[in-house]
Parts: sequence; structure tokens; C-alpha cells
Amino acid sequence: MQKEFPVFSVLNSALNTISAALLIQRWYRQHVARLEMRRRCTWNIFQSVEYAGEQDQIKLYNYFGFLMDHFTPASSERNLISHIFRKNEICLDTEWERYFCYKSIEVTKSYTGPHLTFPVTFCGVSKLVEAFKHKEQLHARYVLQLLGETWRLLRTFPNISHVIACHTKPITICGDLHGHLEDLLLIFYKNGLPSSDKPYVFNGDFVDRGKNSLEILLTLFGFLLVYPNDVHLNRGNHEDHIVNLRYGFTKEVLGKYRVHGKKILKLLQMIFSWLPLATVIDNKVLIVHGGISDTTDLDKIARVDRQKYASALRPPKMKVHGCMTKMNENREREACGQVEGRRRVCSLTYHSSAPDHRHDLPRRSLNNTPVCSKLDLSVDEKLNSRCRLSGFDQARCELKKSDSYLESKTTETDLDEWKQIVDVLWSDPMPQNGCIPNEVRGGGCYWGPDVTEEVLRRNNLQLLIRSHECKQDGYEFCHNRRVITIFSASNYYEVGSNRGAFIRMGPDLVPHFIQYQASTTCRELTLRQSVGWTERSALQALREQLFIHRSDLISAFQEFDPNNKGMISVTHWASTTERVLNLGLPWRVLRPQLVSSTQHGMMDYQQWIKELSITEPKLEISDNSILDTMYKNHSNLETIFRIIDTDHSGLISFKEFHQTWELLRSHLKTEISAKAIADLAQSIDFNKDGSIDINEFLEAFRLVDISAHN
Amino acid sequence: MSRRRSEQRLKRLIMSLTTRWMSGELWQYREREIGTIIYSLGCFPSQADLHDLIAEVEEDQTGYIHLDSFLPVMSKVLLEHKFPPIPEDLLLQAFEVLDKEKKGYLEHEELTKYMTQEGELFTQEEVDEMLTALADHEKNVVYYKDLINQLTIDPDM
Repeated sequence: MQKEFPVFSVLNSALNTISAALLIQRWYRQHVARLEMRRRCTWNIFQSVEYAGEQDQIKLYNYFGFLMDHFTPASSERNLISHIFRKNEICLDTEWERYFCYKSIEVTKSYTGPHLTFPVTFCGVSKLVEAFKHKEQLHARYVLQLLGETWRLLRTFPNISHVIACHTKPITICGDLHGHLEDLLLIFYKNGLPSSDKPYVFNGDFVDRGKNSLEILLTLFGFLLVYPNDVHLNRGNHEDHIVNLRYGFTKEVLGKYRVHGKKILKLLQMIFSWLPLATVIDNKVLIVHGGISDTTDLDKIARVDRQKYASALRPPKMKVHGCMTKMNENREREACGQVEGRRRVCSLTYHSSAPDHRHDLPRRSLNNTPVCSKLDLSVDEKLNSRCRLSGFDQARCELKKSDSYLESKTTETDLDEWKQIVDVLWSDPMPQNGCIPNEVRGGGCYWGPDVTEEVLRRNNLQLLIRSHECKQDGYEFCHNRRVITIFSASNYYEVGSNRGAFIRMGPDLVPHFIQYQASTTCRELTLRQSVGWTERSALQALREQLFIHRSDLISAFQEFDPNNKGMISVTHWASTTERVLNLGLPWRVLRPQLVSSTQHGMMDYQQWIKELSITEPKLEISDNSILDTMYKNHSNLETIFRIIDTDHSGLISFKEFHQTWELLRSHLKTEISAKAIADLAQSIDFNKDGSIDINEFLEAFRLVDISAHN
Repeated sequence: MSRRRSEQRLKRLIMSLTTRWMSGELWQYREREIGTIIYSLGCFPSQADLHDLIAEVEEDQTGYIHLDSFLPVMSKVLLEHKFPPIPEDLLLQAFEVLDKEKKGYLEHEELTKYMTQEGELFTQEEVDEMLTALADHEKNVVYYKDLINQLTIDPDM
């Protein structure tokens, strides 16, 4: 439908050079803009799926917390999951030293990897980096020794590191690395290795997702030991053993160190809790991993006993009246809530003035279907009856009464401290003024430009540097250039998805950005190629999400198809898909790439779902609903199994599997019977020895896209 | 379709193309991103057109534009097909004008010269990107006839 304009009717007379150039420029800019839009769309997909995963894990964790608070002390279920909530063992440091002793571990002559002498030297660590570059692995003895030294050193550090910027030594600030060793190597190549002339700040999230998290840690710790005054490490939200269970670090360590992995993980858990929480340059520039909230107080942060918080996902004390009230309120809201509205998750720390909002705020959770509210209430009833039977409820109330006087003060302070830490590790900036719970991630908050101004002013600072969010160009300003996000893992979502960057800063405290992109291919992809590639990958990720939710999708579509014709309008398809998946994506825009054909604005959703089928089950399981549940909850299951597998053997017993399933049933909102699960367990006992190999189990239910082979 | 309804549809479309941050009806957007939005709605304005459009909408000099001011202006643009796509044959003619020797291709230097010295000048970065994307890598020239066939508009809106 192109209208002809006078200018275009000059087809027969010659265009002059200027008009020709103008036309080409206009055409090309339009082309680039459309590519940019596609790239953004792709980005949104990756980011939404990523954050939905984080939210999912926090929900799981909250659920466990709730169970812990409600089950009797003696119940076996409680025992099953109690060890993730156990108080930090109060052992003497000497006892830990004995446990972590590396001396008995022998380095045999057959070991061909790098050797480390202690105390470490610059030379030793550089050689270690070289070895990692050549994909060598450090012997467990040296790992434990290095980590032990790191642990001892970190205990002497304050919560907030203070650095002075100096003319001859500009400071280099790096963001998330997430196990991308190639990016760290690229940074060192471009910028030089850390030294007393080359101070570095690493702003958290060194581990998870990438496959060289451990090598990155060993490298950073190595340089830290050599230059304790010039290398500064901030804790990130992924320096957390609970998060590591889900996002790959635990798996990486256990895979690389089968014998000593467990010890290494335990030592790392303690090291993580001893990592400093912030770095301040010249008392003017604050560097934290996540961000701030309206209550961020540097003095409070400086005073907390940071090592109490092995995992930022759980407060140190459990008799928290406030937390339980919140859970109950949320469940009420869920039962009577509408389907429209923003995503909401019981946020970790945010105690909103809930009573007022209870009836106003619509609330929904992931995978919300009509069946759920009924299930919810029955879980409620079940748990209540259990408590009543055991008399636990009553006992608990009495306990609360007597403790409340003594406990209340400590509990308040603890909660306050905990919130300071969670906010600093999990928060994200937003464009509007204000400070609201970060419900997309499930922890920390979203803070606005007014909060930035206030917090900076209050603490006498001029700039906030944080990480935590992937940025296409590796960095981004916001809040009137008072906040910088710096992200150092390039190709984070997919090859070609984004650049990484780092900051160099001198005493003028003006940030200079250096960007880069690690690439395995020699030739740089053109804009169009990289967008195409990333887009394909994102769409694949999206198709997987659609596939695993297909039964929910079909039920939801059928609401708009009362005559069972198998057709719905594109508009309904878009709104329903968003309701079920809850990813906040522009489905109408994505439609052409996800749905092959429409007629007069209608589509055949049954056919579409069939076309989505992208995998052949690896097992002979006839029950599709079990399969679907497994696919959908793959990450949750992995997390839980690794939690249960306390000795990290990789095996869990039938009984444990069954118990886990019972525990999870209400959280996963599934009605799979106990018998079906028992049968399932039998069929996945691949070794027929009465126990289930976790890795094999997870592999059996991993989605494999057949079409990807085409 | 009524003006109001078409504006609502447009609003939904724009919001779906952009970041998740929207504070109700009042919605701020950065100036340079307006160009991207307009292009992806299927329009082909020149830089001058863009500046005029933005000037019509921008209330203060903050560099932020309110969605409510933008919608009626943008609706009008779409309804009146103000910045239609460039017909393929015209685009071909344009390239042929620049290809003075009628070689059938343009060399790096030629294209760079025209793009950075004539019309609404490209920045060096834009030219570099264009050459990387469009040029035949072996011969280092741009076969414009092939390009035009390949890079037509996606009919997805």
C-alpha cells in the first residue's frame, strides 16, 4: 500500500548525487533500526527467562522456609531439608582448620597440572593463569591450600574496603564474570595483570552459569593473596551456596573434584560469607554488586557480622513472626486473587503495609490455573491439621510468647541487618522515583533516581557503580549518570548477545570504559548475522518454555474456545500465553516467529502445540502429565536433589525421592499420585540398585530439541 | 476505525516493543529511541523528518518525550502514510547514480565518501558497520543489486 509522492514521480529524470545518497542513508538507517528492535526483543526474551528462573528458585526456597516453620521438629520431612537451614555450625576455627587440612592429600608423580608454592607469588599466580588458559586443572591439595589461605585472609578484612585513587595507579573495576574465564583473560590481556601498580575491584558474581567458575575464583584469590591491598573483591548474589546449587557452580566443582569436591564446596561456602560487601573509592564512589534501597546505611553495613549470612536467601533467625504472617497473607491473596496484574512473589525481606493492599492488589504466581486455589487450601488444611495433631502450634505460640520479649529486639536488628545485605546484593535500578520490592527477582528492591540522590547525599558520595544486570554494551548509565552498571561477561545469553566492559578510574574519579567481546570464531559476525543467531537461540529457549507449559496453555486456550473448534484469535492467544508464562514479553510482536500461520486473525492452537513438540522422551513413560511436570520443574528438581544429597554422592534413595515428591507436590501444584511416582522411581533406577543417580535422572528429563539437528 | 481506538492499538504496540518500565499513562522515552520506534513501525523518515517530528512532540528540553504527546502525532503519521518505504527500483537507481562508472558494484572508498560527505551524513561508525554488513568480504565491494533483493522489509507488522 504505497502512496506515490511527487518526489518519487521523478523516476525518469536523473537523481542527483545528493538525493541518491539521502535515499540510501534513509533506507539503511531504517534497516538498522529494525535489526535493533529484533535484537531488543531477543534480549527481553533471554532476560525474562533468566529472571523468571531466579524468581522460581526464591519461591522454592520460601516454600521450604514455610515448611520448616510449620512442620514438627521431629518429622522426617523436616530432617530432609533442615540441613539447608541449619544454623552455622559454631565450631572453633581450629576445628575447621583440621577439617580443611590439605596436608594429607598427596600430589602424585602422575599429576601433570600446575604446582603452587606457598606463600604464593606473582610469578606463581601468573603461571597458574597460563595453566588455566591451557585448560589444565589445579590439584585438589593446592586448591584447598589456596582456599584456606584466602579464608584466613578474608577474615581480617572489614565489611567495606576503602581504596584511595592515585595518579600513577588508576583503578580497574570489573563486573559479573559468571565463570567466563575467556573474558577474565581478555581483561588481563587488555589491561594487565593485577599488581600493586594495577589495583582491581571485582564486583561479585564470579561463579555460576559459565564453566570455569572455579578457575576464576582461584585466579582472583591468588592475586588477592599476593596483593591484599590492591585487589578488592565484593560479594555478589551468586556467592551463595544455595544459589550455586541451581546455577551450576556446585555441579562444576563436584564434577571436577570427585573426591574432595565436598570439602572444597564447604570451604568456599565460608569464604563467600567472608567476602566484603562493598568497596568505596576516595569516600566518594560506592561499588556494590546489586545496588541500594531507601534504607541503605553504610554505617550499618560496616557494623554487621557479615559471616553470619552464609546465604543471603535466609535470615539467621527463624522465629520470625513477620515472615510467617507474610506467607499467610500471600496465600490468602492467591486464593482470592484475580488473574490480571503484575507478577508477585513473596519478596524475601519486604514488609509492605500489607493489610491495606490485601484486597486491592491483584496477585498471581507462575503457573496459576483454576485448580491451584483449591489445592492451596487443602495444603493449608493439611498442614494445619498436622500442626494441631502434634500440638506444635500451641507449643509454638507459647514459645513465641515467652521468647518474644527476649527475642524481639535481636530479631528486629537481625532482620534489619539482613535487609541491608540483601538490598545491596539483589537490587536493581528503575526509571521511576520510589523504592519497591524487586518481585521479578524475588529479593532486594527496585530503587529510583530519588533514592540514588538521597542515599548518595546521606553518605556523602558522588557515584554508585554496580553490576548484577547484563547490558548489551557492557555498561550503562542511569539516574542522571549517578549510577553505572558494569558487566564483564560478554556473550552472556548467547554468542554475540552482548559485549563485556570494565572501568578505569583515576583520582579525578571520571570513569573510562573499555569494551570487548570474547569470540571463538575468527571473523566478526555482522550485525545482521549476530542478531539472527542470537534470535534463533532466544526463540528456541522460548519454544522450550512454551512446550513445558503446554498443558496449562491448552486449558487456558480452551476457555476462549467454548465450542471446541480448536481455534482462537491471535489477540486471545497473546494475552493467554502471557498469563500462563508470565514472562512480560511482547507476544504479538513475536507471533510471526512462533506461529506459522493465521487466517483472518485466528489460529489453530491445537496444531500449534503439536508443532511445538520438540522432544522424544528418553524413557517409556506413558503418562504425559508426569513428563510435563518433570520438564517444567527441571531446575527445581535439580536444586532439591542436590540439597538432599548431603554427602554429594550423586545418589538418592527411593525413600528420599518419594519424600521429596510428597514435599513438593503442593508447591509444584501437581496431582501426580504416589503410585505413579513410585513407578517412575523404579523406571529410573537405571542401575537397579535401589537408588537413583541424580545426573542420570536429570538427563532423562532434559529437553532435547530434535529440530536443532536440522 | 476511530482515532481513539487506533491510538490505543498503537500504544499497545509501542509498549510491547519497549522496556518493561511503564508508570501508568505517563511514560517517558528518550529522544534517540523515538527514531528506532518510528522505523520499526514501518516508516522511513529522513533525519530531518525525525527532528521535526520530535520537535512537534517534545515539551521541554529534557530529552524525554511523553507517550501521550507522541501517540496522536504518530497515529497521524501512520494513517497518512507520511514516510512510506522506498520502492526497490528507486533504491536501485540511487545506487546506480553513485556508481558513476556503471561497474555494477561500489567500492569501499566510493561508498564511504558518499555516505560521509553527502546528504544526511553517516558517522564513521555507521559507515564501518554498513560496510561490514553489506560488502562482499572477498572482493571488498558492495554488489548493490543483490543487496536490494535480500534486504527487503520483513512483513511482520
